[in-house]
Amino acid sequence: MKKKIVVVGNGMVGYKFCEKLIAKDTAQEFDLVVFGEEIRPAYDRVHLSSYFAGKTVEDLTMAPASWYAENGITLHLSDPIVDIDRDAKTVRSHHGLVESYDYLVLATGSAAFVPPIPGVEKDGVFVYRTIEDLDMMQHHAKKAKKGAVIGGGLLGLEAAKALLDLGLEETHVIEFAPRLMPRQVDDAGSKMLQTKLEELGLKIHLNKNTQEIRGNGAISSMLFADGVELEVDMLVISAGIKPRDEVARIAGLEVGVRGGVIVNDYLQTSDSNIYAIGECALAHHMIYGLVAPGYEMADVVVNQLVKDKDKSFKPFDMSTKLKLIGVDVASFGDAFIQEPNCQTIVYENSAKGVYKRINISNDGKYLLGGILIGDAEQYNMLLQNVKNQTILPPDPEDLMLGARGGKEESGAGVMALPDDASICSCEAISKGQICGEVLAGNNTLDAIKKCTKAGTGCGGCVPMIKDLINETMKSQGVYIRNIICEHFDYTRQELFDLVKIKGYRTYEEALDGLGHGDGCETCKPAVASILASLWNEMILVKGNDTVQDSNDRYLANIQKNGTYSVVPRIPGGEITPEKLIVIGQVAQKYGLYTKITGGQRIDLFGAHVSDLPAIWEELVNAGFESGHAYGKALRTVKSCVGSTWCRFGLHDSVSFAIEIEERYRGLRAPHKFKSAVSGCTRECAEAQSKDFGIIATEKGWNLYVCGNGGVKPQHALLLASDIDSETCLKYIDRFLMFYIKTAEPLTRTATWLNKLDGGIDYLKAVVIDDVLGLNKQFEDEMNMLVEAYRCEWKEVVTNPELRKRFTHFVNAPHLKDPNVKFEPMRDQIKAAEWVK
Amino acid sequence: MSNILAEDTLVWHLACSEVDIPENGGACALIEGEQIAIYNFKRRGEWFATQNLCPHRQQMALSRGMIGSTGEEQEPKVACPFHKKTFSLKTGACLSGDDYQIQTYPVKVENGMVYVGL
Repeated sequence: MKKKIVVVGNGMVGYKFCEKLIAKDTAQEFDLVVFGEEIRPAYDRVHLSSYFAGKTVEDLTMAPASWYAENGITLHLSDPIVDIDRDAKTVRSHHGLVESYDYLVLATGSAAFVPPIPGVEKDGVFVYRTIEDLDMMQHHAKKAKKGAVIGGGLLGLEAAKALLDLGLEETHVIEFAPRLMPRQVDDAGSKMLQTKLEELGLKIHLNKNTQEIRGNGAISSMLFADGVELEVDMLVISAGIKPRDEVARIAGLEVGVRGGVIVNDYLQTSDSNIYAIGECALAHHMIYGLVAPGYEMADVVVNQLVKDKDKSFKPFDMSTKLKLIGVDVASFGDAFIQEPNCQTIVYENSAKGVYKRINISNDGKYLLGGILIGDAEQYNMLLQNVKNQTILPPDPEDLMLGARGGKEESGAGVMALPDDASICSCEAISKGQICGEVLAGNNTLDAIKKCTKAGTGCGGCVPMIKDLINETMKSQGVYIRNIICEHFDYTRQELFDLVKIKGYRTYEEALDGLGHGDGCETCKPAVASILASLWNEMILVKGNDTVQDSNDRYLANIQKNGTYSVVPRIPGGEITPEKLIVIGQVAQKYGLYTKITGGQRIDLFGAHVSDLPAIWEELVNAGFESGHAYGKALRTVKSCVGSTWCRFGLHDSVSFAIEIEERYRGLRAPHKFKSAVSGCTRECAEAQSKDFGIIATEKGWNLYVCGNGGVKPQHALLLASDIDSETCLKYIDRFLMFYIKTAEPLTRTATWLNKLDGGIDYLKAVVIDDVLGLNKQFEDEMNMLVEAYRCEWKEVVTNPELRKRFTHFVNAPHLKDPNVKFEPMRDQIKAAEWVK
Repeated sequence: MSNILAEDTLVWHLACSEVDIPENGGACALIEGEQIAIYNFKRRGEWFATQNLCPHRQQMALSRGMIGSTGEEQEPKVACPFHKKTFSLKTGACLSGDDYQIQTYPVKVENGMVYVGL
């Protein structure tokens, strides 16, 4: 018995599906019926702009109507499907045709995304999608002089090419982002591309937000958010695409929040007899807006229908190479991966209009991706290197340059670098550019970020940028302060002192009294941290809840799929079997993934936000407290087993670790801090890698400070040796308070010490010799904070008002986020991979 | 423009009561199957609503983000709790340099109840 396949949509991908199915010689097996919305059979949309350069509709047509007939395909044009009856397995067309199906393939493609700008309905405003659009543009262009395109992406530049071909006197490209082709090209590449395109006659406007389209009936000008007005009499909107999922929605198929029919790896929708392919399909949480992956999707579905082989649709390589108005542009592999996750090599030649960037794995072995502008000759070879994981030669720059690349060595201090040294490799910004901007008046980090984009990528160069700003200002005889952000003109240390003197207890009070504007995600957590370090009050009350950083706000660590992880405190890493059982039971009950952490405790992952209070209620009832794994606060005090069991142990390291952890638990600081206690010099607790670490000696304890694991490991330095427990705690009190009061936001103790004038010797002078005369105050303040400690989670579970905030849907508190997905792994769960 | 679908007429949906949304913060409401982030920008006396999905890593998280303002224009914004991508609450434009755009929705508060227009 023959089965019937109905294809909804006759675009490039819908056509390709037919072609691939026919190629399998399936005429005996399947009847094929196609419904298309447009009046003509599928045509090549990718090369639409060649229509103005002289190609005809016939040239662009994928296959003439006769091809469908010859291959036994029933083709209905100008007749879109308007309804699917999934129970009866029938579709109904606009003209009222009802067709039954065994398998339905949705290939409805996408429409132009038109931003809701007032005036888009005016005459002379077009989208760039179909041959009809082109005909209307052509007609209008006869009387138009100045044209513009909204959108500087791939499609927008194609549309700009079309306007050039139509012979307009002026063609403007309006892009909202700070660069052209933001998906394919980085800032430096965009600059090069812009120069080339401007040479070819385009006028490019970046960072432009169109606010209104003006004109009496027909467009006469565009008004931008910065107040500038541009006279145009023709506009093409090419600001992106939106999947055509209307009929899928009507049929109750699962669709993505931002549109697109959700499909699995086999491109099946939520109804297994209905497939979706091309730009209407939401595969791996994304819309694949290129034709190549669309064709691959068609192939996957054909293979399944003929049960040829079990082929699934894998994340598709989005590498692209194209000629835009005569300029080579290529982007391949992981084009945007940034240091420190890779090494980046950049070649730039403005005279020739060439920009090249390659990203190499940190071990120098593999090519990960890159960008080529102006000269993409090596594209294929480079792409092959990425795809085949070829081992690179010792001088990988030769791959993109030919053997003539030079290397630059960075000196010790940041000012010792040559002017052309790359500071921000993400944005390819040199030291000279940054120093130049500083001298021109952009002398804050925010200003540098804004005008150069340096530091806005991975952020790894931000400390270097700050140093450059400070050093450049110093060289001009100006003393510079690191202010918090645009809302507070104070350094953290100044703000700390002022908040204390004024006695402010809430962020709003601090903003009203010391700042201006409405605050932001930089100053809110910075002030919240100061308030917590000063008063140690519950952080979620008095309106301070919404100024806490992501994790503090929900007293848990947000993880990949929006669920949270839960870490009860296990002081010193010591735990009873009874408590271990409770953790196991809670994990079982709430379906949590469990893992031992690096800090000798147990992390429970995958908790829905609405489950957090119930989980903690059970933990609190069993005697657990918050572990503050979510806070810029004391994490753990790790310990070795010490003299109670170990034959080498000198002192009871576990008891001391517990005492220390319980003293400083919940203490908030500019950054997280960790500690450890080792019972002998073998150092099993790795105390010298901690913010403060203690090692037993024959005569007492050695106290080390300012060690760090993390990105830049640093050994802790000896602060005091052979001290007794009481002195040790005093020194830690003083050290921590000094750090809390003087460090900049988000600065670990190691970095703080590195910047401290006088270094460890000065720190010793403060903590041991009391040169500042503040030690009594430091100790009193610490004692006050220790006294004020209360378990945050205990407070939440016993306070209905606070508990109420732990919901995903405020209007459906018992409903969990349906978008949260888990996948099985080694008898547990893991978060579903997110889009990259 | 002939080939743009006519915009649907705005329908006001009851989302929640005013006190359900924390002051100077946000919360998520489920409306017609959509996750909508609603923000009570008490400091400015304004309400905003956007999609809850952060387009960067496609996470349902914006309602849990910090809100604030930026620039001389005091553009109201929200920062995604995952990677601090920021978006204008007025226009939905990404303010941290990426080419994302999120959907914004009109909000009105009447008799202590919050309504969102879809």
